[in-house]
Amino acid sequence: MSEIATPPNSASEPARTLIGRLKDNDLLASFLSSKVTVAAGIVTVILFLAALLAPWIAPTDPFNPATNYLSDSFDPPSFIASGDPRFLLGTDDQGRDMLSAILYGLRVSLAIGFCSVALGALIGVSLGLVAGYAGGWTDSAIMRIADVQLTFPAILIALLLDGVAHALLNPANRDESAFAVLVLSIGLSFWVQYARTARASTMVEKNRDYVLAARLIGLSHARILFSHILPNVMGPVMVIATINLALAIITEATLSFLGVGLPPTQPSLGTLIRIGQNYLFSGEWWIVTFPSLTLAALVLAVNLLGDWLRDALNPRLK
Amino acid sequence: MTGPLLSVRDLRVEFATRKGPLVALDGVSFDIAPGEVLGVVGESGAGKSLTGLAVIGLLDSPGRIAGGEIRFDGERIDNLPQTRMRLIRGGRIGVIVQDPLTSLNPLMRIGDQLTETILAHKPLGRRQAREQAIAWLGEVGIPSPEKRIDGYPHEFSGGMRQRVVIALALCAEPALVIADEPTTALDVSVQAQIISLLKNLTRRHGAAVMLITHDMGVIAETADRVAVMYAGRIAEIGEVRELVRNPLHPYTQGLMAAIPTLAVRARRLMQIPGAMPRL
Amino acid sequence: MIAFLLRRLLASVGVLIAVGLIAFAMFRYVGDPVNQMVGIETSAQERAQLRHQLGLDQPAMVQAARFLMNAARFDFGVSYQFKQPVADLIAARMPATLELALVASILALAAGVPMGVYAALRRDSALAKLFQALSLIGISLPTFLIGVLLIYLFAVVLRWLPSFGRGDVVRIGSWWTTGLLTVSGLKSLIMPSITLALFQMTLIMRLVRAEMLEVLRSDYIRFARARGLSEHAVHFRHALKNTLIPVITVVGLQLGSIVAFSIITETVFAWPGMGQLFLQSIQNADVPIMAAYLLMIATLFVVINLIVDLIYVAVDPRWRGHLNRA
Repeated sequence: MSEIATPPNSASEPARTLIGRLKDNDLLASFLSSKVTVAAGIVTVILFLAALLAPWIAPTDPFNPATNYLSDSFDPPSFIASGDPRFLLGTDDQGRDMLSAILYGLRVSLAIGFCSVALGALIGVSLGLVAGYAGGWTDSAIMRIADVQLTFPAILIALLLDGVAHALLNPANRDESAFAVLVLSIGLSFWVQYARTARASTMVEKNRDYVLAARLIGLSHARILFSHILPNVMGPVMVIATINLALAIITEATLSFLGVGLPPTQPSLGTLIRIGQNYLFSGEWWIVTFPSLTLAALVLAVNLLGDWLRDALNPRLK
Repeated sequence: MTGPLLSVRDLRVEFATRKGPLVALDGVSFDIAPGEVLGVVGESGAGKSLTGLAVIGLLDSPGRIAGGEIRFDGERIDNLPQTRMRLIRGGRIGVIVQDPLTSLNPLMRIGDQLTETILAHKPLGRRQAREQAIAWLGEVGIPSPEKRIDGYPHEFSGGMRQRVVIALALCAEPALVIADEPTTALDVSVQAQIISLLKNLTRRHGAAVMLITHDMGVIAETADRVAVMYAGRIAEIGEVRELVRNPLHPYTQGLMAAIPTLAVRARRLMQIPGAMPRL
Repeated sequence: MIAFLLRRLLASVGVLIAVGLIAFAMFRYVGDPVNQMVGIETSAQERAQLRHQLGLDQPAMVQAARFLMNAARFDFGVSYQFKQPVADLIAARMPATLELALVASILALAAGVPMGVYAALRRDSALAKLFQALSLIGISLPTFLIGVLLIYLFAVVLRWLPSFGRGDVVRIGSWWTTGLLTVSGLKSLIMPSITLALFQMTLIMRLVRAEMLEVLRSDYIRFARARGLSEHAVHFRHALKNTLIPVITVVGLQLGSIVAFSIITETVFAWPGMGQLFLQSIQNADVPIMAAYLLMIATLFVVINLIVDLIYVAVDPRWRGHLNRA
C-alpha cells in the first residue's frame, strides 16, 4: 500500500533594506569575513594615501640639495638615544631624511607600478582584441610572439629591455629617462597575460548575436571592438591587473636594487635598500630597515588583496 | 533474515550556510528488504543522490546528517567513525556512480583499480585478487577480459566503462548496491543493456538495490517498490505496480501522466505546472 | 610519437633561431661594435679596416648567418669591457651559477612538495595554516629583500654565516670549480641557495596544495572512497600521482627561471657567477655579453621545455595512447 506525505513549509524571504542587501552582498561579505584581508585593505589604503600626499606630508624635500646637509648624514632615528629629533627615521649617507625619502620613494614606486600596469594592459588588451577578432595570420603571429616571450621570466625581459634602452640612450640623459625606461620595460614584459585573456574573451564574444547584429547594421570593426566587445573583456582583465600591480612593484624594486632602475638622485624603495645594504655592517641599520619594511608591507598587502579578489571572483570555489 | 536490510528513519540532512542551515532532506524514511530493488525517483534537486550519499556517509561538508537514524543489517551506521564506515563501504554497501567518464582514475589501470578494491575487503593474495578481477570483467560482459584488464579507462567506451564501474561496485560482494543514476550519462541504446546487466547481476548475487534515477521507465521495468521524492521529502512510496496504476499523491499523479506513451493519442505532452521550491 | 618529437624539436629550433636573430640585432645595431672596441685615437682608416675584418660591411643576412654559426660554436665575440672572449668569461663563471641553481632547485623541490602535500591533506591543521602564511610571504617578498634580511640576521647580528662570495673552492678537471667540498664553501652556499629557493619553494608548495585539493574533489577520488579504500590508498596511490603530473610541467619551467633569478641573488651576495657578469654588462652597455647571455638563457629554457614535454608524454598514459594513434 502506498503512503503519501504532508505539504512542505514556505521558504525564507530575501532581504529588502539597503543594510540587508549590503549584508547579503557576497563580495563585501567575503571581504569582511577575513580579518587578514581587511587588515591588508587598510594597510594598502594608508600606503596609497601616504604616497599620494607625500609632497605635503613629508617633513623635508629629500631631493632639494639645498636642504640636505652632509653633516646630518648617518643620523640614527629620533627614538634612539643618539638620534636627532628632527629625523624620525634617521638620515642616509647624503643627509636625507629617511622618512621623506621613503614617502617619495613609495610615491615613485607606486607611480611606476600603476603606469607600467596600465601600459601592459593597454598593449596586451589591444593586441588580444585584434588577435581574437581578426583570427587567421594576425592571430597566429601575435600568439607566436606571445609564446616566445612567455618562455622567459618577466624580470629577465624587463632587465634586457632596460639594458638595451640604456645602451641606446645618451648616458647624460640616463637619470631623467629612468622613469620612462622602467615603465616601458616593465609594461612590455607583462603584456602577454592581458593579451591572452582579452583574446579568449574576444573569441567568445565575437560569435555572439549582438556582435552579428552590430555588423549587420554596418558598424565598423573598430567601433564594434571598442564599444561592444571591450566592456565584456574588462572584467577578467581587472583581476589580472590587480595581481600584476604587486608584481610590477616588485620588479621595479628589484631593478632599482640591481642598479639599473631609479638612480640615487630620485630613489625608489629599491634604490634606498641598495644604498642601505652598503652600510649594514657599519651599523647604520636604519637605512636599510625602514625602506625594507615599507616595501614588504606594501607588497604583502597588495598581494593579499589580490588573493582575496581572485578567490572571491572565482566561480568554481563558490 | 529478519527485518529490513536497510532502514532509514526521519533522516534530516542540512547544509550550513552564512544565512543559516539549509534543509536538504526533511524527515526521509524508508526500508529496503534483502534482495529487493527500491527505486528512488524525482526531479533533479529533489534529494535522491543526497539520500544515497548520506547512507554511505560520504556527505561533503558543509552538508551533515542533522537528525534521524540509518540502520544497516540491524546496527546503526549513521554515527560510525570513518574507520568502521570504510569497511562497510564497498564491502557491504556498494556504489554505482553516475558518470563513468570521470569516476575512474585516468592514470590507473582498470585491473589495478579492481584488485585494490577486492584486496581492501577480502583476505586474498594478489594473484587471486587479479583472477577474480578478470572473472568480474567477464561477468559484466567485457570481451577478452584477461587482455583488457591492463587497459586504461580512456581505452574503453562509455558503456564499457559503466560495466567496469558495476564490476567495481559488486566485486566485494555487497548485500546492498546504491546505484546513483547509472544510465543517465550513457547513450540510449546502451542504457537498456546496462539496466538489464544490473538487474541480472544483483539478482544472481542476492544483492538489494537502491536505484536512484529520474527515469520513470527504468523504475517501471526494474524496481519492486518505488519512492517518489520531492523537495527533500518522500511524497509517496509503495509497490511499483500499485503506484503506477493508482497514484495517490498529486505529484506522483503528475509524474505518471507526464510519461509519454505511444498508446494514447494526445496533442500535447503533459507537464507538471510550476517548479520545485528551492532550498 | 616520432612525428610529435620531430615537431617539438623543430619548434624549439625555430624559437632558438628567432632569439638568435634578436641577439644578433642587439649585438650589431645597439651601439657601434667598432667604436666600442677601439680607443679615441684610432684613425678612421683603421676603423674601416677593423670593420672590414669583422665583416661588418657585409649584407645584414650574411652577418646574421655568421653570428648564428659562431654562436653554435660558442664564439660570442669579445667583451667591450673586459677585452676578452665572451665565451671564456662566461665559462669561468658558469660553475658558480650552476652549483647555486642546482642546490636551490633541489632545496625547493625537497621542501616544497612535502609541504604542499601536507597542507592539502591536513588543511585545517595549525601547521598547514602556518605554511600558507609563510608561503604568502615567500611569494610576496622580492628575492633581494629576503637576501638582505637573511644577511642582516645571520651575518650581521648572529655572525654565523659569511655574507658574500663563495668561500674556498676546489678545482675539478680543467674547468669546473666547486664549493661543495670545503667548509667555507658550504657555509657560503647556505644563504644564497635559501634565498634563491624560497620563491620556487613557496610556488611549488602552493601549486601542489592547490592541485591536490582539486584532485581530492574529483569524482574518481569520491568513487575510490565509496569503494571503501583506506585513506592512505586514496591519498597516496590515487591522489598524489594525479597531482604530481600537472605539477611537473610547471615545476620544470620554474627550474629554468631559477637560473634567471640567480642574477638577483648573485648581486645580493656578491656571488661570482654568470648573473653578476650579465648585470655588469647591462650597467656598462657591454652588448656582446648581453647577447650571449640572452642566447644561452633561451637555449636553456627551450631545452627544459622540451624535456618537460617529453616527461609529460612518457608519464601520462592518455598522451601515449593518443600519440600512438596519431
